[in-house]
Parts: sequence; structure tokens; C-alpha cells
Amino acid sequence: MSRTMTEIRWHGRGGQGAKTACLLLADAAFASGKYVQGFPEYGPERMGAPITAYNRISDAPCTVHSNIYKPNYVVVVDETLLRAVDVTAGLDPQGAIVINSPRAPEELRPLLRGYSGKVCTLDARRISEQYLGRYFPNTPMLAAIVKVSGVLEPDRFIADMEASFRHKFASKPQVIEGNMKCLTESMKEVRGA
Amino acid sequence: MSIRDRLSGNEAIAHAMRQIDPDVFAAFPITPSTEIPQYFAQYVADGKVGTEYVTVESEHSSMSTCIGAAAAGARAVTATSSAGLAFMYEVLYVAASSRLPITLACVNRTLTGPININNDHSDSMGARDSGWLQIYSENNQEAYDNYLQAMRISEHPSVRLPIMICQDGFITSHAVENILLEEDEVVKRFVGEYRPEHALIGRDNPLAVGPYDTCPFCMEHKVQQAEAMKNAKKVILDVAADFERTFGRKYGFFEEYRMEDAEVALVLIGSTAGTAKACIEKLRANGIKAGLVKVRVFRPFPMEEIANALRNVKAVAVMDKSEGYSACGGPLFAEVRSACYDLDTPPKMIDVVYGLAGRDCAVEDIERVYLHLMKIAETGIVGPRYIHMGQRSSQEEVL
Repeated sequence: MSRTMTEIRWHGRGGQGAKTACLLLADAAFASGKYVQGFPEYGPERMGAPITAYNRISDAPCTVHSNIYKPNYVVVVDETLLRAVDVTAGLDPQGAIVINSPRAPEELRPLLRGYSGKVCTLDARRISEQYLGRYFPNTPMLAAIVKVSGVLEPDRFIADMEASFRHKFASKPQVIEGNMKCLTESMKEVRGA
Repeated sequence: MSIRDRLSGNEAIAHAMRQIDPDVFAAFPITPSTEIPQYFAQYVADGKVGTEYVTVESEHSSMSTCIGAAAAGARAVTATSSAGLAFMYEVLYVAASSRLPITLACVNRTLTGPININNDHSDSMGARDSGWLQIYSENNQEAYDNYLQAMRISEHPSVRLPIMICQDGFITSHAVENILLEEDEVVKRFVGEYRPEHALIGRDNPLAVGPYDTCPFCMEHKVQQAEAMKNAKKVILDVAADFERTFGRKYGFFEEYRMEDAEVALVLIGSTAGTAKACIEKLRANGIKAGLVKVRVFRPFPMEEIANALRNVKAVAVMDKSEGYSACGGPLFAEVRSACYDLDTPPKMIDVVYGLAGRDCAVEDIERVYLHLMKIAETGIVGPRYIHMGQRSSQEEVL
């Protein structure tokens, strides 16, 4: 694949919203004029089981319909997956991994099976609980991957997400501000970017 | 004007259904087609369609509901997958032999067992001899476009057969991708109203649907059904031509990709075609003349046309996404190999069964098949004709 295409792999646990974040990223990229794919890998899902989702984002149409084995970026929505799943498998050393964790990137590197590329972390729990009052890690992690990958222009991304939230939460506008705050603060706070 | 959007394959089908606003939707959920009745139920609740939405207790009943509705003169639709389609089996034949133009959105999923929810084509391939038209889709766009063409083919007076519009479960049904949608009014005009020549309700000529047929007549009726399937070939091309005039996207019995000078070619169905196209570009950059025939219409099967498309190719791999358990290859292989029998110098041909129960197929997997074909083309030695891709249990791994 040429580098005009960005491939992202999401690792999460059932119920944390990794699939939703993946589809939100596809939405945001679509809004900025890109060709997108957003798709989860399905199995016998249940709450807490490891799940995988994928994004392809490109300036040209992409016809490939397979999972992503050599991602440019990996997002880990649940830190406990680092021991359970080979999250850096095939990950491009020129790319990066973004992990939901309160710890510093270098503290986590020993768990990454020799991955030599960039490691970033974000304390999505703290941000989510601070601005949404509950633990929804996917919105902060979405912002983090946009910041780290540079796949979308940040101001445009924020504007598109606000429009998307206004549409999605039309019946409960009180949650829009918290979600927007989650995005902007996460983009500032992601470590190692 | 087309509308740029992004939808999953299931959303695309539900969107097409809303635009068409059929008379009856018989709904019973099964993964991975469940979202179609789910989205459509929202349209019903929001008053966006006038459809009679009938929730039933099984797929046997959803197809039976469609049969009753279609016999009464209504445009009837449903959606299903896997075991749901299998549970319809008896009534699939009733729908076809009663010449009822029902539209079924089939979101392909493997058949049990072992239990698995992922994609292959074993469900619709099992129904390939039921008398239904079958059209397959590579992506969300084709699922949408095929659905918009379905009723004009199925309801045509020279055809009057039910139709399945198939797409790959999860791979396209749950993948959000860019899509071009068409305006409601243009779609409605293109699809048109359904005006059956014969129906149980509201007509002056009383008729019976599904009565006993005695030996002196029953075979004649089956032959008429076989003729209708042949007639469908012309109608499919006519509707595709009108679709292209109206919306600008071209369809045929199959898509030929880089076949103009191809020495090695794949024949396959569905979403893997896109992966194969990416592989072909990669191989051609290295001087390998690879091509692809993506089968869109499987019933009726375009026999002469496929043979013609393959006549100059040295080696062909038919890729079957279902096991026929015939001990000699899958159902697509049987058709394509038979089609090439009348060629003076048919290509060397193998069957590669792949992707069963959701086994992923990446560009690199396709590349191995092309390289294997290059070896066959160069040496003239075919080797095993019936291969299963990437088997951890196989002692002699071919691919």
C-alpha cells in the first residue's frame, strides 16, 4: 500500500466503544473529503472480550476488503490488552502506538514486544471522568489518534466532530460540551506525540 | 445528482428499501442481516414508508408472508442470512415456481456447523438450484445499485422470478465506506410501480396459486420456469443499460478487470474482488499479466460469456467461497469449468476454496494464487485441481 493511505488498527474490549470510535473516525475523515473504511472484526462478542476494529483513510478509493496486518498506527483502548494481545504485530516503526494509560510512554515500552517506533499515552479515564462524569474512553482515544497520526487537520476535525455531536445528541444537548472538552483536552494532553 | 455519503452495506440496502417503499416487509432477524429490518423498522416508525411491516416468528414464515403478499399482487421484500435462508428452503422453491417476484437481501454468512457467524457463500450457494435469480455485490455501492435494479429484473413479465441480492456478511454489511446515493424521486422513477398481470386480490380474473400439478402438466411448468431464467439474461442487461444511462454506473453479468491481455486470471464472487484488484495492480507493476473476472450474476449463469472472457487466458483459478462437498470442487468451479468445455483450447483451471467461515483473505493471499497460476502457465503442469487455501492441518500445503 502506498503511504497516501493511512491504516489504523483499534484494540479494545467489548463495551468500551472501540468500534464506535473507529466509525466516528471514519465519519470525521469522510467529512474532510477522504475515502474511508471503518469496520470491526466480529466474533462471539461479549462485554470485556478483546475486539479489533480497523480504519483505512485515503485520498483515493480503496478496494481492499481484508483486515489490516501492517497498520501505520495502533490504538489500544484498554491497557490490560498489552499482556493479552500482540497489539504491535505488523505495526510500522515509522508510525506509532497510542495507549490509554495514566503511565508515561517509556514505562509501557517494555510491554510492547520490541516495538521500536513512537509510543504515546493518554489518561482517557481521567479525562472522560472529569468532563463526562463517566468512563467512556473512546472519545479521548479518538482525539489522541487524530493528533498523533496527523491524518486529519485538527481544527477541521474539531469542527466536524462538533457538528456530528450536535446531530447525534440533538435530544440531549447538555452532553455536547463535555464531549467537545474531552476531544480538545485529549489532543493537548496526549504524551509522546 | 448523486449524493456523496458513507454507509455500511446494510445501511445501503435499508436506504434503497426506504426509497422504493415496498408494500410488504416480512421481518425476522438473523446476524449479520439483522440491521436491515432494524433500520427499516425505524423508517416505518417514523412514517417514512407506507410499508406493511410484518414481524414473524421464523424465516419460514417471513418467506411465506412474502409469498402470500406477492400472490396478492404486492411488492414484497425480506432480508436474511445463513440458517435463516436455510430455514426458508422449502418455500424458496414455492416462491420461484409460483413465479412470484420477491426481493430478498441476502447477507452472506456461513452455514452451521461448527457454529460461526462470519462470511462465506454457503448459504446462497445452497439455494442456487431453487429457481431464484442471484446477484452478488463487491461492496456497499454495488449492494445498493444491485438492489435498485432487482425489482425491474424480477418483476419483468418475461421473467417473474424472485431475486436475491447478496453481499458479504460483515465484510461489506458492517463496513462503513464511501457511497454515492441517488435522489429518492429518481430512484422511484427508475424502479417504477409493480403492476402484476395476475394477482389474487383486486383483479377480474380469478386464479389459483400453488395448486397440485399433475404429471401431464407439471414438467411443462418447470420448463417454463427454466425458460424464464434464460429470459432473465436479456432483462438483466437491459436494466443495467438503463441504470447506466440514469445513474452512470456500469454493470453486466460480470466485471472484467485487466482481462484485455491477461495470462493468468481469477474468477470469484463478492468483496474479495476488490482485494484482488489491488493485488493485480501490484503484480502488473512487476510485469505479471494478471486479470480478474468478478461474477455478479450467478443465476442465471452467463456460461458463453464467461467462456469468452477466459478464452485467451493460460491458467485460471476459480475461487470458491463455499465448500460444495462434491469431492471435486466448489459450485463456482463446476460452472466455470463446464462453461469452458466448449472452448477449442480451454485454459488450465484449478479450484481454490478460500475464506470459509470468515477466514480472512488479504492481498498477499491472492498474490500466492497468482504466482501459483504463473507456475502452471509456464510449466503446463496443473498439479492438484482442488485446493483449500491456508490450511494449518494440510500436510502438503499448496497455497
